[in-house]
Amino acid sequence: MSTLTNGAKMLLECLAREGVDCFFGYPGGVTLPLYDAIYDHHIRHVLVRHEENACFAAEGYARATGKVGVCCATSGPGATNLVTGLVDAMMDSIPIVAITGQVTSKLIGSDAFQEADTFGITRSCTKHNYMVKKLEDLPQVVHEAFYIAASGRPGPVLVDIPKDVFQAQGHYTPVTSIHLPGYKVFTEGHTGQIRRAAQLMWEAERPFVYAGGGIVAANASAELRELVELLDVPAVLTLMGLGALPSNHPNFVSMTGMHGSYAANMGMTHCDVLIALGVRFDDRVTGRLAAFAPHAKVIHVDIDPAEIGKNRAADVPIVGDVKRVLGRINTVLAETRPERKDRLAAARTSWWSQVRGWKAEHPLAPVTSDSEIKPQHLMMEIDRLSAGEAIVCSDVGQHQMWAAQLIRFNAPRLWINSGGLGAMGFGLPSAIGAQFARPDKLVFALVGDGGFQMSIPELSTIVSAGLPIKIVVMNNGYLGMVRQWQELFYNNRLSSVELDCFPDVEKLAGAYGFKGRTIDKPWELASALEEAVREPGPYLLNVKVTPFENVYPMVPAGGAINEMVLAPPQPVAVPK
Amino acid sequence: MLQIISLLVENRPGALMRITGLLSQRGYNIESLTVARTLDPELSRMTIVVDVDSTLRQQVIKQMNKLVNVLQAADLTDSPAVRREMVLVRVRTAQEARTAVLKEAEIFGARVVDSSTEGFALEATGDPEKLDEFIDVMRSYGDIETTRSGMVAVSLEAKKLKLQPPVLTEAR
Repeated sequence: MSTLTNGAKMLLECLAREGVDCFFGYPGGVTLPLYDAIYDHHIRHVLVRHEENACFAAEGYARATGKVGVCCATSGPGATNLVTGLVDAMMDSIPIVAITGQVTSKLIGSDAFQEADTFGITRSCTKHNYMVKKLEDLPQVVHEAFYIAASGRPGPVLVDIPKDVFQAQGHYTPVTSIHLPGYKVFTEGHTGQIRRAAQLMWEAERPFVYAGGGIVAANASAELRELVELLDVPAVLTLMGLGALPSNHPNFVSMTGMHGSYAANMGMTHCDVLIALGVRFDDRVTGRLAAFAPHAKVIHVDIDPAEIGKNRAADVPIVGDVKRVLGRINTVLAETRPERKDRLAAARTSWWSQVRGWKAEHPLAPVTSDSEIKPQHLMMEIDRLSAGEAIVCSDVGQHQMWAAQLIRFNAPRLWINSGGLGAMGFGLPSAIGAQFARPDKLVFALVGDGGFQMSIPELSTIVSAGLPIKIVVMNNGYLGMVRQWQELFYNNRLSSVELDCFPDVEKLAGAYGFKGRTIDKPWELASALEEAVREPGPYLLNVKVTPFENVYPMVPAGGAINEMVLAPPQPVAVPK
Repeated sequence: MLQIISLLVENRPGALMRITGLLSQRGYNIESLTVARTLDPELSRMTIVVDVDSTLRQQVIKQMNKLVNVLQAADLTDSPAVRREMVLVRVRTAQEARTAVLKEAEIFGARVVDSSTEGFALEATGDPEKLDEFIDVMRSYGDIETTRSGMVAVSLEAKKLKLQPPVLTEAR
């Protein structure tokens, strides 16, 4: 029998057994017993400056490693501040365990100081949530939370713990089994469907791979690459999937979707077999559903049965872990490789030349200027310095799209961004988590001037923790993406999108005790970024770019993805 | 269109909220909902009648099956099932109509559960359409008050319940 302990120490024991080495949080009244236990515990607690950023940092940690990220907040306002991060993790399927304090059991429901119905509030923004009523339940609940967060389709799980449970005395009993009779995790995939998929792939004249965040979550990059090479098929990745296939892989076309390349979206539109792997046919990818991949038979592999047929009916549905399923498909493909001197071989060759033709016709070309810094130029320079190896944590907006188009990633878990939710203020705190997870890596926090101003408090976290994050602000003086839509669809009536006041970053960074610099000339760009990277500590580089540059290609909302707006002067239809 | 969903769920705090939340977040209105324990006191059986766009019926079932506390969610709308509801009716009626009320009640197979000088309390079970008619008939005899239980349904198909076995962890 172990020694007598309290709930707070028992929680830390559970976290340690789950392999947690650090977590992100902010203390408060009801979590005092927990923070007292943290005081001399080996698990590192990182004090952020706002609870929302604790969740974003935990996400950055989880996205960079694939491990469960952990964040912690007190009751009431602490817990409600976590909500945006939880929804973000839910939308992007990121494994998170959030611990919240709750008022003492006896006070629950009495409108006590800092009481909020955390269990109720977070029901719809978590994969599952718990309120712990008795100390005896605590270890089982915490280990279940980690299991649910990381297994199946990953997601956030919240554990709400009243103060008296933290304080109660008891013995830790190791948890040896987790029994969740209703929690179904599908892994293997249906053998018959796997054979059908392989057959369809070989018989296709114009096959096309559409892969996404599921590949990253399942660590299935190697299997994806094998499939793409076995079939010699062109492949696009979603915003969430970038890096799942190395950007310099000859079969990689580009990102797909609203701001995907011409070749990516034309390929989706004209293919006859669409191989959809770990994707959810998001509206930002498909555009108008009725016109999406109209000639294609769809093979859809996903671990979540509810994603199959949700937006697009699948001709070959396969519910399973995409890593295992792809492994099995690859085996079947290798066994059934047909002789290639037939009609199909000719069709495949002409399909490839068509895809290459689209690529050549409208490449994602770098845009530069002699007098001002073009946003695309900034991305090209970051790409040059990163050479596909750095972690880039992006915020949300135009810079995110240009970065996704132009920065290469040689591996998954290097491109970190808020894909589904599009939560501004994500970039900088997620970089904190990523840098903790990967101290060996060069980490860029690539943010706009809008999102940066949502994250300024975390500059102190970066300095306190001594993190050498390179913060690059793409500053166009506007909430650029909203302005782009006002320009295109609201007669250029620019309403509340101008950010006319921005701090002097030299003074701002200086006030926090590190280096900052503003540049606005294209010839300064390369050397300024190099200086930032050379700096041993953090660096804040404010890059003033052309204010009115827009992201192209662009599929107007509600449009078909092959009806892209490729460049500014072309007229744009107002979406219905 | 009205969809009949039968669920087997763990009898835990919050389980009901998770299920109804899936419906309310999509703006679906619940017509009726019944919950009670099963033979296994750790489990509850739930029958929900809800107005769902017919193209989204399957998606709703899939989302319910994803919930950790849900062991099984099944769509009984078009499958062989017995559907029943109970209604309690209090009818205030004049002395001279009492016999007629009792006669009508008998036709509908209703039972008298309370009788007073003011009238009767009646209990009837049946499919919801039959109860609608019963209520209409009773209304013709005077003021009535009704409480309906909501539909309970049992599937007539043998559906195998697949439960997940415990996952062993190296002593955590």
